[in-house]
Amino acid sequence: MSMGGVEALSLRAAAAKTGAPGFIWDRAAAARFTDLSRATSLGARLPQLSGRTVLLATASQLTAALALIELDGVARRIVILPPDVEPDHLDAVIAAVEADAAVIDDGTTAAPVLALPLRVACTVAIAPMQESLPARLATEWLLMTSGTTGKPKLAVHDLAALTASIIVPSAADGAAVWGTFYDIRRYGGLQIFLRAVLGGASLVLSKAGEPVADHLARLAQHGVTHLSGTPSQWRRALMSPAIRDIAPRYVRLSGEIADQAILDALRAMFPHTTVGHAYASTEAGVAFDVNDGLAGFPAAYVGALRNGVEMKVVDGSLRIRSPGAASRYAGGARLADADGFVDTGDTVELRGERYYFAGRNGGIINIGGLKVHPEEIEAVINRHPSVRMSLVRRKQSPVTGSIVVADVVLKPDAKGEGALQTALQDDILKLCREKLPRHKVPAAITFVPALNVAATGKLLRRQG
Amino acid sequence: MSVKLTIIEQMERIAREHGKILPPLKEDLVLADCGLDSLGFAVLVARLEDSLGIDPFTAAEDAMFPVTLGEFVKVYEHGRR
Repeated sequence: MSMGGVEALSLRAAAAKTGAPGFIWDRAAAARFTDLSRATSLGARLPQLSGRTVLLATASQLTAALALIELDGVARRIVILPPDVEPDHLDAVIAAVEADAAVIDDGTTAAPVLALPLRVACTVAIAPMQESLPARLATEWLLMTSGTTGKPKLAVHDLAALTASIIVPSAADGAAVWGTFYDIRRYGGLQIFLRAVLGGASLVLSKAGEPVADHLARLAQHGVTHLSGTPSQWRRALMSPAIRDIAPRYVRLSGEIADQAILDALRAMFPHTTVGHAYASTEAGVAFDVNDGLAGFPAAYVGALRNGVEMKVVDGSLRIRSPGAASRYAGGARLADADGFVDTGDTVELRGERYYFAGRNGGIINIGGLKVHPEEIEAVINRHPSVRMSLVRRKQSPVTGSIVVADVVLKPDAKGEGALQTALQDDILKLCREKLPRHKVPAAITFVPALNVAATGKLLRRQG
Repeated sequence: MSVKLTIIEQMERIAREHGKILPPLKEDLVLADCGLDSLGFAVLVARLEDSLGIDPFTAAEDAMFPVTLGEFVKVYEHGRR
């Protein structure tokens, strides 16, 4: 649903209109975004950025947040660089978008950024605005796609598309405090940033390298009411005792498949909280929210027009037509089909009255001619009461070409050592045999202390 | 535990998991008749790689097709040397 006024306003004006406290905190500093209506974090050189293609290349999320509010309506294009962008990719991005300026902070070190002709420093300390800004431009927001493999692409959005799924409350909710495990320079985190700013709420950000327990402690200290992350990030958070100190009224999962085990675990941890999962992608935008506590989504969502979004399933793959979709890839490549639908690359399966996500189209493992999505096996393993999270991966086999094996992280109180280890492995395999066809049962279960989660918040999958 | 005993123990475990009953595991047992199908053998080879530290089939330059249990055990004994 598109809502009043965001199309016509810059983000700065929208933020100022709320009249809310509007704090943004990270580990080291705090700022008030509502002050930006009459002050600047980019200093006297802000007008020089007008009409330019600007790389957002700050090290800190907090300065990135402030710069986004200031650059919208001023820059022709904001190219939002996630913190972990690879040096090789950075050169390709700068060439592809013809960047001619960068916003940096004192932590920015990337040589290609520092070689750009115009570099403007963003600071947390804001200064009064010395001169009025040129007329507002319709700024393009360029976001890196969040695929876990291969060369990233840049999806071209504008503020109207990015906020298409956000319902702005009629009055600022000054009591709301949003938090996110994501970085706001990725699509999932940017959605939380925009919800906080447009809703007149406050926002708690993480700092690079901050331990989960410290982040949770700060979320508790600021009284977080709305908290968002990927299922992998939530599973990690549930392993920290510090999670008991927060009491959000809304918990949101997106970016990966929310299986029933993680939804149930969050429900048990926060009995009075709405636990919702959202489906969104950098290209297709936010497609829908599910708030009934169940994995998957109602079959009736497909084929219907809901909040301006239409979905269809073609060859098992979910396609979305939405006002929240990116318009194209930078460089001009189309991202929608002739009818305006974006292929998400996510496979769905209809069981009863509900669709369930089976996995990524590209992640399929072929076992003696039978196709397997690792995610569907992980969903079964994760239902075991001793399991916190799991990664199913391909292992080469001289007999069937491939076979699946599972790396499993146990809950802290699970007994997975010594003689009990084999018994627990057998018990998890027994569950798999009950729920899955034979070829999907892992050949081996290995207990590991942790699994790698990428900077995108998604479980890191390597092709074996 | 000897290589042979490790292999026999794993075969029996996989057969149990797959609800199969194996014939007596003698040296001259023909593998194709032992009750494990290709998926069963794929699991066996993967588990033996964990317990014995080798996958002689993937490591070998020439394709090997042991016919009997005795030959299968020899492939692993040879690979361990």
